[in-house]
Amino acid sequence: MTNFIQQIVSGLASGGIYALLALAIVLIHRSTGVINFAQGEMATLSAFVCWTLMDHGWAFWPAFGATLLLSFFGGVTLQAVVIRPIQNGPLIGIVILTIGLLIAINGLDTWIWGGAAKQFHGPFSTAPIRVGGVAFSKQDLGVIAVALVAVVLIGALFTRTRLGLGLRAAAVNPVEARLVGIRVAAMLALGWGLAATLGAVAGVMAAPSLFLEPNMMQTVLLYSFAAAVLGGMDSPIGAVVGGLLLGVLLNLVGTYVHWIGGELRLATALAVILGVLLVRPSGLFGRTALRRA
Amino acid sequence: MRVKLIAFVIGVLVLIVLPFVLTDFRTVQLATVGAYFIAILGLDVLTGHSGQISLGHGAFMAVGAYTTAILMANHGVRDLWTIPIAAVVAGVIGLLAGVPALRLSGLYLALATFGIAVVLPTILKKFDHFTGGSTGITLFGKPTQTGHGAGIWGMTNNQWLYALTWTIGTVVFLIAWWLLDSRFGRSLRAIRDSELAATASGVNRAKYKVLAFGVSAAFAGVGGALFAINVAYVAPDTFPIQLSLYLLVGAVVGFFGSIWEPCSVRC
Repeated sequence: MTNFIQQIVSGLASGGIYALLALAIVLIHRSTGVINFAQGEMATLSAFVCWTLMDHGWAFWPAFGATLLLSFFGGVTLQAVVIRPIQNGPLIGIVILTIGLLIAINGLDTWIWGGAAKQFHGPFSTAPIRVGGVAFSKQDLGVIAVALVAVVLIGALFTRTRLGLGLRAAAVNPVEARLVGIRVAAMLALGWGLAATLGAVAGVMAAPSLFLEPNMMQTVLLYSFAAAVLGGMDSPIGAVVGGLLLGVLLNLVGTYVHWIGGELRLATALAVILGVLLVRPSGLFGRTALRRA
Repeated sequence: MRVKLIAFVIGVLVLIVLPFVLTDFRTVQLATVGAYFIAILGLDVLTGHSGQISLGHGAFMAVGAYTTAILMANHGVRDLWTIPIAAVVAGVIGLLAGVPALRLSGLYLALATFGIAVVLPTILKKFDHFTGGSTGITLFGKPTQTGHGAGIWGMTNNQWLYALTWTIGTVVFLIAWWLLDSRFGRSLRAIRDSELAATASGVNRAKYKVLAFGVSAAFAGVGGALFAINVAYVAPDTFPIQLSLYLLVGAVVGFFGSIWEPCSVRC
């Protein structure tokens, strides 16, 4: 039983990371209809930036804050420079562009920091806390807390502020949003900035347990895709719930189904993606898209 | 048409001359390029012409490569005969993959195929009694290698690999040319440009989309088989997600949507 509870908590921790990245993917997909395949590599780049700052003697939290800021502006710039010119082109073109970004950022990471895995000292120790006979790792609890704060802040931004209203309006109906005076182009860039920031949180939180190297987020990206698909590609709440559910599910399956174990963890995530897409493409929370045949 | 024929003839002449000019090592490198060329041709049929994006074409290459490797290493089949078998196996798997793909529109197909490519190495490692696990399968020195030890028509082993790969590459290119110039190719492009209009004109949408998957996978299977024969070694990490992404980059840079007109990029 204690093992069961521990597995759930550590599942929530990895699920929190999936949720953050899935939320980033959903934000971009909702506003532009594009899946950003470079989201994982952007997160890795952010983690590298944070590592470099810490390597220069910064403490973790200031370095983290600076990384988030840099990532935000990086995301905005990326959208304005690379994505905007082909925004109205065919969808496959944009997908291929994000694939190109994936390869480019991965190459950039390897070029600057090399391919060797680096130890990343996170803010939380891996020491256990005992609660009634069950040992939780401080790191897991810390990651869950950070993920929750990030999700609540983003949620508040979208639902409680004027800016959030503009962001939502631009996503739902760009033409009418522009008619009522919302600067849609700026909102789209802002969306990419926010997604990059969320990704940065995910990358920095994942780095201590995964070790920092250019391919660090590649599997996390697949888990996040699974989370986003599970929750519904257009539903931010779905992304968060999907991420947490998936984290817990994968941990429990990995622990208790021996045939799957750790080796087929990724395959389980793929099965979730394929299963949901084929059976219920709108996911748990998404709206069913109707289209004229 | 005449311009295309001239370009084709010049291409073939260059391919014939190259091994006489290049070092042995460059020759075998170019042979591997040939294997990628065939796989990219396949991807072009699927993504460029039928408009179905695949971020996981490396998986079909892996199917072809493992078919060849397992047949050569465990069943004593000579390498040449494994190539058509690899094409059939990959093609059938492609057809089977094409059916669920009908239900997935553009982005979601990209997502699903991306997932398959990411997961593939872990699956190859899991079923190790069949695939040799992480250590893979070594083909070097197996008696089923045709070119082993040199001596076929006075060619070195590397020249033999080059000749084999590019001969098949040329044949596959001609097949692709013929296919895409025929009713099949026209139907694919009609579906890509407007499914509604194509269906209204009597094009069987499901049939052609699934067929495109099968043909494309069969090409990739041939590419994979030749890759295995050239490198004489297959392992799960020979087929990472990067391979699939590079194939797509190759298709985009090379000849998206037309095996002839790179300027008419339409994706």
